[in-house]
Amino acid sequence: MRNWSRFLIGATLSVLLALGLTRFVGNEYFFFATYVVLQFIVLATAWNILGGYGGYVNFGASAFFAVGAYCAVALTQSYALALPLQILAAALVTGLLGFAVGALTLRLRGIYFSIATVAVAVICETVIMNWSFVGGARGTTVLQPAAPAFFSSYTRLLFFVMALLALLAVAFARFVETSWIGRGLRAIRDNEEAAESVGVPTLKLKLFAATASGALMGAAGAPFALYMNFIEPTSAFSLNYSVSALAMPLIGGSANWLGPVIGAILLAGTQQIVTVTISSELNVLIVGLLLVVFVVAAPHGILGLWHKLVARGGQRP
Amino acid sequence: MSAPLLQVGALFKRFGGFTALAAVSFDVPAGQRLGIIGPNGSGKTTLINCICGTLRHDNGSVRLSGVDVSALPTYRRTRLGLARSFQIPRPFYSMSVAQNIAVALEYGVGRRRVHASAARKEGLTVLDRLGLTAKANADVGSLTQVDLRRLELARALATQPRLLILDEVMAGLSSVEVDDMLETLASLNREGITIVMIEHIMRAIMGFSQRVICLDAGSIVADGEPAAVINSAIVQKIYLGG
Repeated sequence: MRNWSRFLIGATLSVLLALGLTRFVGNEYFFFATYVVLQFIVLATAWNILGGYGGYVNFGASAFFAVGAYCAVALTQSYALALPLQILAAALVTGLLGFAVGALTLRLRGIYFSIATVAVAVICETVIMNWSFVGGARGTTVLQPAAPAFFSSYTRLLFFVMALLALLAVAFARFVETSWIGRGLRAIRDNEEAAESVGVPTLKLKLFAATASGALMGAAGAPFALYMNFIEPTSAFSLNYSVSALAMPLIGGSANWLGPVIGAILLAGTQQIVTVTISSELNVLIVGLLLVVFVVAAPHGILGLWHKLVARGGQRP
Repeated sequence: MSAPLLQVGALFKRFGGFTALAAVSFDVPAGQRLGIIGPNGSGKTTLINCICGTLRHDNGSVRLSGVDVSALPTYRRTRLGLARSFQIPRPFYSMSVAQNIAVALEYGVGRRRVHASAARKEGLTVLDRLGLTAKANADVGSLTQVDLRRLELARALATQPRLLILDEVMAGLSSVEVDDMLETLASLNREGITIVMIEHIMRAIMGFSQRVICLDAGSIVADGEPAAVINSAIVQKIYLGG
């Protein structure tokens, strides 16, 4: 309980900080860049609910992200839905997508789910490519509406919305992790047959995690078109999302809700800085190299490294 | 008259063209200590897997206190009071000993879910019973083979079973350790837990069981008093050839 109250205080302060930033930071590019970092916090946190806690690797984060984005576009085109409703609808659709992929493959243990997620990414991209209502392969322009009175630009509003989403995702992941659901998922990751034999409803928990994870990824993608003012399949389904969603929790540490946050800030932050200072092509290379380094040198991520150092320090007099 | 605790009726299991279990039928009354023997590959572990739901049988039925559980997933059977240990220990490696037990306490009892402090007490009792109290906070990775076997049993016990099925829980233990384990099992049985034990250690089977079943090539070839089964012509032939 005390832990939750500390978390709530931290969360409230973060919201106020985000709100304060939109008022007092003059540089527009700051919001443009930070939005991406926040978006990756949501993606990495979402991936970690199934991949980190339950041990089922999703290679198709980009599919969930892009389907969320296109869901918002389709709804805007046809009903001019408000942004919060777009996000909600996107989460609903990608949650269902996660459930469907899970229901088809999670009855089997092992890599079947992972393979299916790759296939889902390919299928979804092909469908969108050929769906002219949302622009098909050419893409489509999505105009930002006028910013509400409090925010001086729409990008600032999107930044704030994504900050709220990131907070929501992290709070949810933290709840799952510390609840009976998280303990069950951990047992599944350690040994699924043993988990089932001590009474863990493995299929139900896996489906729950796949649905929640999918929904959050879709929510992360929903404002994408508004943020870019434009959307086309190749960038929305970019491999970068799939790789990053998986690399960030692994680099930060996948056993704890803080891991994906640290990984996302570190990786997405570096990518943003590199894009501006060196080259925008180096992005994925950096993610790849860091992933290799961490898998070899620190398989439990930064948090694992930290715990190891603390444990070693504690042993010395 | 109430139904026997476990009823296995004409159980069939095939793997492709290979028949692992062919019409296996037997009842286990509540409170019994049953030993299952048979050469390697005779279907002992497959039988356990089918009873527990880890494998789905092709034909036949498994009843627990008269209720057909054939269609239920493993975790539901566990919550009905059916617990097992695995031949090769399968602990949750990322957790401590106490956390391993906690998962079983939290999930194993299902709707009979108990209060957190009561669960903690129950967990300590289980650990104490198997001599794991001192290692409660140890990483599972640091445990010896004996302790892994004890943990395997402790975790099964934490689900508060009526029927405990043990798959070679004593394999690889020294003579003294086997005696310890047998004593623990006997005291569990005195408290009302029915125990089905697969074992290759004859001393354990003979000393512990009230009844022995011998499986060969997926069928029951002998069923009865331990001494009678061991000395029967067919069991002698299976084990010694001739």
